[in-house]
Amino acid sequence: MRRPPKDTEESARKITRRGLILGASQVGFMGLLVLRMRQLQVDQADQFRNLAEENRVNMHLLAPARGLIYDRNGNVIAQNQQNYRVVVRKEDSRDLDVVLERLSHIVVLTPSDIARIKKELRNAGPSAPVTIADRLSWEAFAKIAVNAPALPGITPEVGLSRAYPYGADFAHVVGYVGPVSDYDLQRIDDGDPLLRIPRFQIGKFGTEAKTEKTLRGSAGVKRVEVNATGRIIREIDREEGQAGKALQLTLDADLQKYCLARMEGLSASAIVIDVENGDVVACASAPSFDPNLFVKGISVKDYSTLTQDPYRPLASKTVQDRYPPGSTFKMVTALAALEAGVITPQETIRCRGYVEVGGRRFHCWKRAGHGNVNLHNSLKMSCDVYYYEVAQRVGIDNIAAMARRLGYGTKFDIPMSAVSAGVAPDKAWKREELGKEWVIGDSLNVSIGQGLVLATPLQVAVMSARLATGKSVEPRMIASLDGIKQPELGGTDMGINENHLRAVRKAMFAVSNESGGTGYGSRIVEDSMRIAGKSGTSQSGNSIVRNADVEWDKRDHALFTGFAPYETPKYAISVVVEHGGGGSSTAAPILRDIALQALYGGTPPLEAYPSNDRATIRTQQLRIQALDPNQVEAEQDPV
Amino acid sequence: MSYLEYNVKTTPRGFRKILYFNWPLLLLLATVCCVGFMMLYSVAGGSMFPWAEPQIKRFGLGIVLMFAIAMTPIWFWRNIATVAYIGTLVLLVVVDLIGDESKGSQRWIDLGFMRLQPSELMKISLVMLLAAYYDWLDIKKTSHPLWVLFPLLVIAVPTALVLRQPDLGTSILLVTGGAIVMFLAGVSWWYFGAVIALVVGAVTAVFQVRGTPWQFLKDYQYRRIDTFIDPSFDPSGAGYHITQSKIAFGSGGWTGRGFMQGTQSRLNFLPEKHTDFIFTTLAEEFGFIGGFSLLSIYLLIIMFCMVSAFQNKDRFASLLTLGISAAFFLYFAVNMSMVMGLAPVVGVPLPLVSYGGSAMIVLLAAFGLVQSAHIHRPR
Repeated sequence: MRRPPKDTEESARKITRRGLILGASQVGFMGLLVLRMRQLQVDQADQFRNLAEENRVNMHLLAPARGLIYDRNGNVIAQNQQNYRVVVRKEDSRDLDVVLERLSHIVVLTPSDIARIKKELRNAGPSAPVTIADRLSWEAFAKIAVNAPALPGITPEVGLSRAYPYGADFAHVVGYVGPVSDYDLQRIDDGDPLLRIPRFQIGKFGTEAKTEKTLRGSAGVKRVEVNATGRIIREIDREEGQAGKALQLTLDADLQKYCLARMEGLSASAIVIDVENGDVVACASAPSFDPNLFVKGISVKDYSTLTQDPYRPLASKTVQDRYPPGSTFKMVTALAALEAGVITPQETIRCRGYVEVGGRRFHCWKRAGHGNVNLHNSLKMSCDVYYYEVAQRVGIDNIAAMARRLGYGTKFDIPMSAVSAGVAPDKAWKREELGKEWVIGDSLNVSIGQGLVLATPLQVAVMSARLATGKSVEPRMIASLDGIKQPELGGTDMGINENHLRAVRKAMFAVSNESGGTGYGSRIVEDSMRIAGKSGTSQSGNSIVRNADVEWDKRDHALFTGFAPYETPKYAISVVVEHGGGGSSTAAPILRDIALQALYGGTPPLEAYPSNDRATIRTQQLRIQALDPNQVEAEQDPV
Repeated sequence: MSYLEYNVKTTPRGFRKILYFNWPLLLLLATVCCVGFMMLYSVAGGSMFPWAEPQIKRFGLGIVLMFAIAMTPIWFWRNIATVAYIGTLVLLVVVDLIGDESKGSQRWIDLGFMRLQPSELMKISLVMLLAAYYDWLDIKKTSHPLWVLFPLLVIAVPTALVLRQPDLGTSILLVTGGAIVMFLAGVSWWYFGAVIALVVGAVTAVFQVRGTPWQFLKDYQYRRIDTFIDPSFDPSGAGYHITQSKIAFGSGGWTGRGFMQGTQSRLNFLPEKHTDFIFTTLAEEFGFIGGFSLLSIYLLIIMFCMVSAFQNKDRFASLLTLGISAAFFLYFAVNMSMVMGLAPVVGVPLPLVSYGGSAMIVLLAAFGLVQSAHIHRPR
């Protein structure tokens, strides 16, 4: 409770008096502030104007070190190397022409270089470094540093540039980095100031591009004081950025190298998946190219050589190219039929070399026919007629559903560019995509992996992994990120009857290990490492003529897929040799060699091969060991 | 007639209160805030982010709060002055214990949508409590030593807490703000002589313990003071900032370089370009004319507060109004002195212009109190 106000008069007088004193002193102080303002802004204005002109503070972005990429054993696949370069910034480029002329006595500058520098300067922000020349020798770099007073505005800098010690081995998987382009800026507009640095290198292809955000890190800032000529007087402070995070892949560099060496001279691809956890251990596409060329900036001539090569070295055949899977698809048809209960493993179907369906003849590859075949022999000898019959019983939708369960038509989430989904066709798909109704002939073609069905080598390998384990294995390529282990993708049980799977696996074992099996010629004789596989021939031309008689690019693609060891599956592998003819003759030996290399973790002993093959194998091993792939010397990380 | 009835009778009916608002004052405050938005837009390089937009949102919140406070009768505020002070003191202790670590000082409580700085709130609570105290105290006892001791204590406790954070700028504002209210209330001149002597003594003490284990301030604050005394002392650190600030200031000239044209104030050299040094940018882009105009608006705000206080027969109301306007004055006077190299860099923002949610909302709330005093003045 408050007492009624007393002596308000006296109080108000006091407050007013003192308030006026206060007010007067406040006004006085403000007067002082105005005088100071006047002193700074009017009396000394010219002096400060000059100081301001002369003494400028520039912010320089510090590009972070890009995260390294390792293979599963800790070998460096992508590293950073010191790169001596000389840069200029717009705010410092006054007498550019003179300076460039002087500089051209030290480094080679072509007119097109000068045009590029000027163009980049026009588009760059005031303090973004524009590279005049990079990858300088130490001598040139030292010369520039010594002559700095005569070269106002340009700065010698030590940057980092990407290098791939394994050269071509990982080109399709890891990809390469390159300077940011306008297209990149539209593609990834994450507002990162780093992207505004002219020629800042970002991932363009493969893992480098897919995990760009992780690898890039974040910019640091350096504040430097520069004088009127742009010479850095001193560094005021610096705020380091965040280096990119390291990435460990599931790939095995040695096996990857072997795959490429083994496929040398062919247009082929090979994938090895660890069936236990989905690790992609090798993913090779031959022929390959040297990603280091792209980092430096590839010449038009080199690039057109790559694009015009009929073997398509730039194509990532493992995940991007889609082929009809051919007879490797027969396991899908067989399992779909077994699961639907329309056939039993013992049931035989008579193959006379062809069937007539809907007024059309569908041929078996063996004109004379196979006679009575059951499930086991149908896979072992790869009889087509058996599957024509089965397909009519089971129906396309069942086949397509089984195909999808085994990984067809799925776009797997792996950090590579241009991963295709392939096609596991059914009635609805054809209606939607082609606007036509499904006909029985389509079913027959699809049942033997021809016609509308398309798969990538990766999907075929995943199918083998899933057949081997009965689990929904998914491929994974990132083992750990920034030291954090990523989840394994061994999958869960797919719920396919184990007896059916066993029958299919047994038949696949027969393919590679029983006389008369299509892969028998490329068997492994070491008991603990037997392959269970399946050959396939993907029609790209007319398969009635013998492949040897047509030009290379009209021949069929050869496929072979499988897993090993048969008893305790470890690796699922698929090999595709483009225009290689039959799967059993060209792809099977490659798969066998890769399987042995993977299982032995190095060069396998000759005893693992059938005796009649050992001499050829020996020469081949020597040839591969003699290959000296052009390697960039792996250097210690400078940072 | 009880005092409550008296208040009710002299208070205009709800919606009519709006007519009694001190409109010129409100417009002046809004103008200053708009200058702030403009400058924040400019220092962000011509972008509403990261500062201008959040600041505008907080301004909206602050204005609503200001109206709500203004509509509440002034006697209500006088009655809760003690509670408000104690509550703020508790908050200060809380930040001391659990506040976010920020730049080595503990200053805020994170409310999610904003960070509340209890030290900002204290500047107002303290003035409010002192005004209420002198309203309650018999005028004859004003200069009695016993009755002077209490306000000194009331000022010292929060000051000590704020110094612990450590926030030198706010401590100075608290002490000076408190002293001004005591001065207005009519405390004898002698005491002020004594207090000034004390302050001088304290400053000496602060410097004496430097380098010893129980040194009072953080190293960087000592450096700031050193630098103020001799800017060449630490040319790459704080002294550098002052020098650069002066250069930017001076290069503005009469009319400035134009909006968004401040080459210096792209302020690559100032980490605090959107807070403490925003006046530098204003001076560079709008020159002497711009700086002088802002100062004039500030002066007008002070004048309107003074006139309102002198017209008010209620002791609490006029002490509160003058106290708040004095605190406001101290804010911009210290900040401007700082950026013009007249005072050490102690980290005081430019009121209603610098980026900062707590400071803006608290200041608008404080002017809500001024409005409340104006509306509910005895007629």
